Amino acid sequence: MPTRRKILHALNLGGGALLLRPRLLFAAPGRGRRRFVFIIQRGAADGLAIVPPLGDPAYAGLRGALVPEGAVKLDAMFALHPALAETAKMYAAREALFVQAVASPYRERSHFDGQNVLETGGGAPYTLKDGWLNRLAALLPDDGEHAIAFAATVPLALRGKAAVTSYAPSALPQASDDLLTRVGMLYAGDAQLHALWDSALAAQALAGDAGGRRDAASLGATAASFLLRPDGPRIAMIETGGWDTHSGQNGRLAAQLKSLDALLAALKAGMGAQWADTVVLVATEFGRTAAANGTGGTDHGTGAAAMLVGGAVQGGRVIADWPGLARGALLDGRDLKPTLALDNLIAGAVAACFALEPARTADALFAQAGAARPLEGLVTRT
Amino acid sequence: MPASTDVAIALNRFGLGARPDEATPVEARRALVEQFSRYEPRPPAWASQPGSAAIIPRIDALRGAARAQAPDAAGEPAADSGRRSLRRDLRADYLAAADARLLSALDTPTPFVERLVHFWSNHFAVSVDKVVAAPLAGPHELEAIRPHVLGRFEDLLLAAETHPAMQLYLDQLRSVGPDSMAVQRVEARRPERKLGLNENLAREILELHTLGVRSGYTQADVTEFARALTGWSVAGLGRGAARDTAPPGSFEFRAALHEPGTRTILGKTYSQRGEAQARAVLHDLAGAPATATHIATKLARHFVADTPPPALVARLADTFRKSGGDLPAVYRALIDADEAWAPAPAKFKTPWDWTVSALRGLGLRDLDRAHAAPILAQLGQPPWKPGSPAGYDDIAASWAAPDALLRRVELAQRFAARLGDRLDARALAERLLPGVLTGATRKQIARAESPATALALLLVAPEFQRR
Repeated sequence: MPTRRKILHALNLGGGALLLRPRLLFAAPGRGRRRFVFIIQRGAADGLAIVPPLGDPAYAGLRGALVPEGAVKLDAMFALHPALAETAKMYAAREALFVQAVASPYRERSHFDGQNVLETGGGAPYTLKDGWLNRLAALLPDDGEHAIAFAATVPLALRGKAAVTSYAPSALPQASDDLLTRVGMLYAGDAQLHALWDSALAAQALAGDAGGRRDAASLGATAASFLLRPDGPRIAMIETGGWDTHSGQNGRLAAQLKSLDALLAALKAGMGAQWADTVVLVATEFGRTAAANGTGGTDHGTGAAAMLVGGAVQGGRVIADWPGLARGALLDGRDLKPTLALDNLIAGAVAACFALEPARTADALFAQAGAARPLEGLVTRT
Repeated sequence: MPASTDVAIALNRFGLGARPDEATPVEARRALVEQFSRYEPRPPAWASQPGSAAIIPRIDALRGAARAQAPDAAGEPAADSGRRSLRRDLRADYLAAADARLLSALDTPTPFVERLVHFWSNHFAVSVDKVVAAPLAGPHELEAIRPHVLGRFEDLLLAAETHPAMQLYLDQLRSVGPDSMAVQRVEARRPERKLGLNENLAREILELHTLGVRSGYTQADVTEFARALTGWSVAGLGRGAARDTAPPGSFEFRAALHEPGTRTILGKTYSQRGEAQARAVLHDLAGAPATATHIATKLARHFVADTPPPALVARLADTFRKSGGDLPAVYRALIDADEAWAPAPAKFKTPWDWTVSALRGLGLRDLDRAHAAPILAQLGQPPWKPGSPAGYDDIAASWAAPDALLRRVELAQRFAARLGDRLDARALAERLLPGVLTGATRKQIARAESPATALALLLVAPEFQRR
């Protein structure tokens, strides 16, 4: 058996998807209908559960009870978590593609530092002060309409020279499951707060998790209403948290993914005909361990999964240079080895989305991290 | 490190919580006393707030409109909409004053004195669920409480009771002497009308503001005190306003409503005439031993423990008596008390305390377009709305509840989202909780999934929930 199996899932373009297409010239686009949305998954989303490699012989042994039941088969190797039902329909309609074993240049395992690299586009934490999404905004003609963050403040990825705005719904958001779990650990040694917290969570469980999904859907609809205006922002960022599933992963991840699925479905519904000109990137700071841990979860890892969703995406495929999960194939003997650079994925997707010259785009966004080689053919060009 | 714990206690127990943009005090106790000389009764956050003088005429207009809307007047749409807009204005006054109170707490260079403002404002509580008092709760704190927190208790008492907010809240304007000139005139014309005493203000002064409940006064004392208080009124309000001599919103003594005669309260005879009578009673109440014990107990409960140590209460009460109710002398005795510097935090923060300290801890000085009142309502403690003249409880049992905790977590998440990665929670925790931060909290903060989550965890950590 080969130590490393190369699987290129590219229904439309085959292996060509990974080749450079340097012939396009840098062209300043007009106002255009194209829209790009970056959904960040803070906390290291478990790519091996979201796009499970059911065809890998080592997978079931590593994951045990964490193998999602009822996953939707995508191809011979990969499937999609069943909570992403609407996203699966987009995949079937070739409006979604998934990328496996992808990573930023960061190779340690701190959330803070990993998110800093993911958002700045730098080669190491804290080497850049501005974000790649802001540098992308600076490449587009300044016609007065600013990139927007659907958050209380502007996240690092959108910070920088180009003017940016932000919008946050005023209702008090529900605390994420992740935060609730952490607060529980924080109160573990405090008799008074521990008891209060347990009964608070019991009441919360009775209320169910429908609230989170409702919030996500309304956020998607709100974002679409901004992006849809002819003079609306062309770039948006949405933050999601709660992906750090060290324990109780099955239930928590399913709830997280249902919310993400509702968010994407609401974006699609809200964008209407302009969904055909929309590209949504979903990405996280790093992946999680190949094996399940002892508490029904997974720990900080390296290789992750990312998604491109939208009518402009050349979807219906999984892009992976699959390294496999055999013991010898794992990074440091524990993590999915990254074989695709997230920087290349992003540079290729946004260059095509906005009809920018790929190499110059890669340079503007990720030069500090080293020469990015934009992936071609991810998104249709206008 | 005991010295380091002292700093945390000065910042969190006596103060309103540390700010990352302010220098940490070196000598904790002296830094507290030094705040007395720097305190501003009318700080910038309050500068643009309307006072009673501006609000009373609007309340009078609303009451006039209400009278015009009496059942016999057929629904007059114009008057009705005028009334609605007056109500809207008064509600806006409340929201703006609550914001001013919070912004002042975030901005103050003298957080210990600011905490005392909140303490006394709650001691002399008016509750905005009484609609007519709602727009005056802010002016009450600004005009009656703030100028006197560093003065003598008697002056504070007099300012709090004579203020229009307190008089309206405790129905003083309805209380008239049954044998007063005005009532004699009315009853001569309309014998069926029964006018008389309302004991509300007299009772709460005795029970809540001075002597304290079950301290030995009787129902007869309450009634006699109510008689002495008749004539107290607010200039510019009601039918008698035309003859008022003071500017609208000020204290007005309406002699025609005063019950004539000598009063006997707690065994002492008061033969003063008119306005001087009730003032003499208040003077004696301020100096009564039971008042000293009552105030000492509440201060010790606020700063030291839900069940305050009796020895400390006795020392504070002694200082109160010997100094003639000189409040800074009492505060100094509190600062000098070892009980106040016990390292273990005994006080669970009220929602107000927690919100103020959370925003201060994040270095914020504004509300980002939100209003203070709805935020605090979500946490269960809307400003100036305790629902009773007793004020909000000052014990953990009233505030440490499951749902309340969950709401703090949700709000912490929202506050922290404003900062994201602009503040490093790991460094901030050491700064806000010097010598108090536990290893367990330090670990959870360091492991958080994002910088914002780490900040939220800091704000709800056990060390941050207590002071």
